[in-house]
Amino acid sequence: MIALLIRDLRLAVRAGGGFGLGLAFFLIVVTLVPFGVGPQGDILARIAPGVLWLGALLACLLSLDRIFALDFEDGSLDLLATAPIPMEGVVTMKALAHWVTTGLPLVVAAPVFGVLLHLDMQAYRWLVISLLIGTPALSVLGTFGAALTVGLKRGGLLLSLLVLPLYIPTLIFGAELIRRGAQGMSVQTPLMMLVGITAAVIALVPFASAAAIRVNLR
Amino acid sequence: MSIWEYANPVKFMKTSGKLLPFVTVATAVTLAIGLIWGFSFTPAADNFGSSVKVIYVHVPAAMMAINIWVMMLVASLIWIVRRHHVSALAAKAAAPVGMVMTVIALITGAVWGQPMWGTWWEWDPRLTSFLILFLFYIGYMALWSAIDDPDTAADLTGVLCLVGSVFALLSRYAVNFWNQGLHQGATLSLDKEQHIANVYWVPLVITMVGFGLLFVTLVLVRTRTEIRMRRLRALQLRERMQ
Amino acid sequence: MVATRICDLSQRGVIHYTSPMTILSAENLTVARGGVPVLHGLSFSLAAGQVLVLRGPNGLGKTTLLRTVAGLQPAMAGKIHAPEDSIAYAAHADGLKSMLSVVENLSFWAATYGGSDIAPALLQMNLTGLAQRPAATLSAGQKRRLGLARLLVTRRPVWVLDEPTVSLDTESVALFAQTVRAHLAQGGAALMATHIDLGLTEARVLDLSAYRASLHNGAADPSGFGAGRGDHGDDDFGAFL
Repeated sequence: MIALLIRDLRLAVRAGGGFGLGLAFFLIVVTLVPFGVGPQGDILARIAPGVLWLGALLACLLSLDRIFALDFEDGSLDLLATAPIPMEGVVTMKALAHWVTTGLPLVVAAPVFGVLLHLDMQAYRWLVISLLIGTPALSVLGTFGAALTVGLKRGGLLLSLLVLPLYIPTLIFGAELIRRGAQGMSVQTPLMMLVGITAAVIALVPFASAAAIRVNLR
Repeated sequence: MSIWEYANPVKFMKTSGKLLPFVTVATAVTLAIGLIWGFSFTPAADNFGSSVKVIYVHVPAAMMAINIWVMMLVASLIWIVRRHHVSALAAKAAAPVGMVMTVIALITGAVWGQPMWGTWWEWDPRLTSFLILFLFYIGYMALWSAIDDPDTAADLTGVLCLVGSVFALLSRYAVNFWNQGLHQGATLSLDKEQHIANVYWVPLVITMVGFGLLFVTLVLVRTRTEIRMRRLRALQLRERMQ
Repeated sequence: MVATRICDLSQRGVIHYTSPMTILSAENLTVARGGVPVLHGLSFSLAAGQVLVLRGPNGLGKTTLLRTVAGLQPAMAGKIHAPEDSIAYAAHADGLKSMLSVVENLSFWAATYGGSDIAPALLQMNLTGLAQRPAATLSAGQKRRLGLARLLVTRRPVWVLDEPTVSLDTESVALFAQTVRAHLAQGGAALMATHIDLGLTEARVLDLSAYRASLHNGAADPSGFGAGRGDHGDDDFGAFL
């Protein structure tokens, strides 16, 4: 299974922009927001947590349809399905590879983008923590959506439609965590909820994703 | 005689065919009584004016919007566990009905909310949850229509329904929490069951029953249609085999 | 003879299959494509050291049958017996990543199947000289050879092959035939769909045309469902439709 992770990461690096593309998209979103809402620092500071989370969400969404599509087209998925690794392991590794190439760079780069949006000084810590905890859930849920739509020719739009509603709880608690951190309020509830959701998603959703892949290969 | 016998399509078609006229009539009668009573023979409330009467559509529709999703969840589980095709088709048949109920609840809510709160839309937890439910209905239906093979579609939408239910519920709590975060303690929702007077309550119960019957009627008709469409498909496939 | 072969195998660290008996068999199998039965009433068995070649016109259901045997889709009816983790499947698509080199591609599959040495497989398929080349720069035939080399690193006894010789030249076909023969000699078996004569004199040929599913030979009616699972319980949907 580690071999699969290594292969996917290697492919992401070789394909060029595997890491950078989502990040560039994130930057564009953050750049466009002030054009839309005006350059006033206080407004930007207020909406920064939400904008940063939305940007992360969309950047993550961008690369979802590639999680299984390439392996499906070149026959690798068939071969993986007959290989001695459980499909649950395959989808988990796929989600992990997606997180390392998309989620992790966002976590690292988010503080820089926070500066652009005048994010409160005390919120940076919580920005990184909330993205670090929340983005794995985005990748795993995205993998589920990708698994549902893998056989479909024009699954990209449908994939967004299926996956984005599943992101709502993570978005709510993730952004709220930063907001409360910025105001110096207690962050315990959103933090616990975010951890709980991510843990539950990682533990349970791969089974659903694997089932969906098996159905789609049939 | 087990309840699973109705999963047999022959039995289902036969029974539902017999049942359908009665249910249809019962629906029409109940809805007529409930709505006419509610709209014409209840006093206008002092603080709401006559806009309160939208309650006779709003509340039953909202109730059904949730109940239908639960019914779809149960039907999906039956399909996944016992592989009864009628069950999968019933879930498919119920989805558009549930979606329309959600839309009705949202629109009548806006119509009601405008004179009451002075706004068509408020990001109140309850309203927001319905908007989210609407998104789940759309996703579910979109997935059904995107997949050609009916059994594959039934399997995948079943899994989506399962996962979606958990997240719909989770979103409900998340939204509750989220709105509290914005408006401390302020809730715009009415606790209808507790504050409502008897004059409004009786016709409301009748319309609720009416909406329930309406759902049963529509799902029976739609499931029968789905079964016939599967039959048509089977005949086409059979022709291809010749 | 058999005993010495097994000795050989264990020395090379290859999992060996001591039983000379059947290692793959199908019993009264019906396979379906998109809910429509295509092959019906098919039975065959394959013992160690045997190869079975499937013949039949395009669209008959050879690929469907092979996918079913490989466990990628359920049989509509009938049973397939094979020990767990005994089948290595190879289809039209080789599952190669053009960005990765030959070695990297093959190492990945070797690691997935428990980490055997890839050098013998490269040598066997005459790919050693191409080892560091990215798969993108390989010719179609070379890619195919790499795809077949994957079979060797799986160390699985039953090869299920769908048109393995597509885009191979005469020389490579001979190489492939030789590889299959070596595999059989080591106690393996192969089930393959192919149109060309590999020169495997010991091969048995199964003409699938005789098993074409039709409404007249008792194949299940297409009931409008996807691939049947044979577990419809008390739901007699098929009977109804």
